[in-house]
Amino acid sequence: MTTRHSTAPAIRVRGLGKRFKDLVALDDVDFEVPPGSVFGLLGPNGAGKTTAIRILTTIIPPTAGRAEVLGTDVVAHPGTVRRLIGLAGQYAAVDPNLTARENLRLIGRLTQVPRHRRSPRAADLLARFDLTQAADRPVRTFSGGMRRRLDVAAALVPEPPVLFLDEPTTGLDPQSRTALWELIRELVADGTTVLLTTQYLEEADRLAQRIAVLAEGRVVADDTPHALKARLGTTVLELGMGEDPRAVRAAALLTDRLAQTPEREGALLRLPSPDGSLLLMDVLHALESERLTPRTIAVRESSLDDVYLALTGHRTTGGPT
Amino acid sequence: MTAATALAPAPGLSERVLAPVRDGLAVCWRNLIALRRVPRLLIFSTVQPIVFVLLFRYVFGGVVGAVLHGVSYVDYLMPGVFVQVVTFGAVNTAIGLATDLQTGLMERFRSLPMARSAVLSGRTTADLARNVFVVALISGVGFLVGFRVHSDVWGFLAGALLVLAFGFAMSWVFAVVGLAVGDPETATAAAFPVLAPLVFASSAFVPTSTMPGWLQVFANHQPVTITAGAVRALMLGTPVGSQVWQALAWDVGIVAAFAPLGVWLYRKAV
Repeated sequence: MTTRHSTAPAIRVRGLGKRFKDLVALDDVDFEVPPGSVFGLLGPNGAGKTTAIRILTTIIPPTAGRAEVLGTDVVAHPGTVRRLIGLAGQYAAVDPNLTARENLRLIGRLTQVPRHRRSPRAADLLARFDLTQAADRPVRTFSGGMRRRLDVAAALVPEPPVLFLDEPTTGLDPQSRTALWELIRELVADGTTVLLTTQYLEEADRLAQRIAVLAEGRVVADDTPHALKARLGTTVLELGMGEDPRAVRAAALLTDRLAQTPEREGALLRLPSPDGSLLLMDVLHALESERLTPRTIAVRESSLDDVYLALTGHRTTGGPT
Repeated sequence: MTAATALAPAPGLSERVLAPVRDGLAVCWRNLIALRRVPRLLIFSTVQPIVFVLLFRYVFGGVVGAVLHGVSYVDYLMPGVFVQVVTFGAVNTAIGLATDLQTGLMERFRSLPMARSAVLSGRTTADLARNVFVVALISGVGFLVGFRVHSDVWGFLAGALLVLAFGFAMSWVFAVVGLAVGDPETATAAAFPVLAPLVFASSAFVPTSTMPGWLQVFANHQPVTITAGAVRALMLGTPVGSQVWQALAWDVGIVAAFAPLGVWLYRKAV
């Protein structure tokens, strides 16, 4: 068993589909997550990220395909899967009337953590999530960020080998977010497998060894962050044209002359390129001929946001706030 | 992945029998803490029945007392109020479960290796414990306004147990309602039109004999009347007949129908 698990994927999803009446939430989704790694499911709201997590955590059944956690089918043996996983959902699912400590001890009881280990485990997690001071206050007095931290802590109570984090850093301040990233890295270093969903490209880029990009229920890309960026070129040229009409004219001109359609956002044009500085020369040359000199020029590294745009045709909702 | 293999023993037979009890108690404990932390939950479930005792005792007491033969109205009323309290109180089961659904706590529970019945049984048993408190309190108020037990302490306790059993059964009905409607406001709104006829078109507050014939058919055969009648007989020391068994049969039947339905809804609740 031990050797088989160490080579088999921690999570395996094959042809997974989920249909809610008229809505197709997931359509023929495939991916594999090697043990001891972080896998990022990236996509905007409604892309199917949460649906995938809910199927993998046995909350809802799929309508097509298979999903396995550590070699166990989530539909055939949900009880076994539940012993292998931890889930921190999109909504801070903790009991507002219990204290933080009581919440963690309740989860300990319900996940069959032996009685004598529940209190030390709760104390340890409260310390790791910087909640020791608030440990004995009812959770309804907590801020949103504190609840989220407690929610993630609750998922860790049974020390699950596979952890599902559904947008774990939504609503966290930058400091807590960095702390959570650090904690996720520690868990993975200790052999935990993490599947996390995020709308934040930065988060997936920083944490995940592999990223699947979901759009409208389909996987539109499944690769390493590095390869995803390489696919689109490494640089992006940004031209500030000052006014929208100039930007529109410039975009038309560049499409015509360079056979490359820039993305326009107001007066700003973006052009991805494998070699930004070389492209810059051509672009400036073309624009100069029509007296459309840019007001601002920037050549920057392409972000996953750019990749996302190229894959799905629209931008994500922006970086972490 | 040695942790995985160590964590995943196949559930044995004893686990299947023990887990629902063990997990149900854990959830019950959690619900009782909430009751202690948010006292208004308890206060609202006791104020209304106290108002009912006082109102019915003093407003309708004279009129209804005139048609009762040799029984004071307060003695007739109190068993009915007990049944009314636990019947209306069952809405709390729906509110509690619907709230857990809304807050996402239910999602977490459903991802945990716990018995599928535990979230529901933990709720209904916590509501049973709440009913013990409420029935005791209402008894106290009843005694203050002249209620007297005419049988003995055992008759009173047996009656109280029958009330609690009916309340427990009604909790399972409302567990289904709570999971089906999914939000506390709708659950509350949906409950009243069902519960009001059940409680008022019964012998809980007035004898059914003055109701129109068609209504008597319903009123005489529905569980509130049967339970109230049985409790009344036990507490007043009048002949019990088969009423206690009929009441218990209702309780068993209601739980047998609604508990599996509730667990089924819990499994598939989205």
